[in-house]
Amino acid sequence: MSEHIVSPKIYGAIFFILMILTVTTVYAATVDLNTYFPGLNVVVALLIATCKAILVILFFMHAYYSTRRTKLIILCGFFWLAIMLFMTLGDYVSRSWDMR
Amino acid sequence: MHRTGELYGHFQTMEQQKDSATLGMWIFLSTEILFFGGLFLNYTINRHTFPAVFADASKTLSLQLGTTNTLVLIGSSFTMAMSVWCAEKGKKKLIPIFLLLTLILGGIFLGIKGIEYHDKYVEHHIPGLSFELAPGSDVATNAHAELYFSLYFGMTGLHALHMVVGVGLLCWLLKEALKGRFTPEYNTPVENIGLYWHFVDIVWIYLFPLLYLIDRHK
Repeated sequence: MSEHIVSPKIYGAIFFILMILTVTTVYAATVDLNTYFPGLNVVVALLIATCKAILVILFFMHAYYSTRRTKLIILCGFFWLAIMLFMTLGDYVSRSWDMR
Repeated sequence: MHRTGELYGHFQTMEQQKDSATLGMWIFLSTEILFFGGLFLNYTINRHTFPAVFADASKTLSLQLGTTNTLVLIGSSFTMAMSVWCAEKGKKKLIPIFLLLTLILGGIFLGIKGIEYHDKYVEHHIPGLSFELAPGSDVATNAHAELYFSLYFGMTGLHALHMVVGVGLLCWLLKEALKGRFTPEYNTPVENIGLYWHFVDIVWIYLFPLLYLIDRHK
């Protein structure tokens, strides 16, 4: 499994896509998307960032070619992060008291 | 410890040894995800509470410098990935070249970050006694903008610290690579320091839109 070697062609393609996505995210931030849907600007920015992160993890970090055990550990890290973010934020946004 | 070449005694094969090293590195990186996660959570709650001031404070950052730094860091991830490929293919002469390119790009990133920090110092945007978001800002605005800049310096500072550690690791890798230590059979240090470098890149991929791109359209 770990013997798989990712070719420079794939690295180059991923690098190119990451560059395009960076320019896209800067452009998207200058357009007012919030008129279509409140908070859409943040959602688009985070979606693009997540696409970039997934590309880096899968190909630059070889997660796509790694053993299932390693994949499980990677998912665990993000799962625990999701628990922390969603449970805390769920509490914050559902309370009526003013945080200011 | 018993050791045959680069194979340590408690492993059966080189492949098993490498898989174990990769697994261990990812366990470490999982703890790093949570380490940075706390700061991202703190950021989210404060931005949710003070959206307008966070947008005003974010707009004082230089979009040109931030975008340049993002492209530089992605470039350094690419050269790092290429040095891993060279090590796996046994291209011993090329490994140090790509490592050096990664080091240079990492250095450029830290240099630009230094320029940005200096700009913030000149503009009185470092949280503290002389902090002022804009001339004549009221007390509440300044207090909430200080929250934004505390998070800005905390998050980018911790990220920059990881970069400095990465630069140190790259210097060591470069030294070993020049000795010709990394071969297709044994290149775990290149692979794992590569994983660390890419992780630091991912943190920046999130920091950039969250800190620099708040309400830029207004």
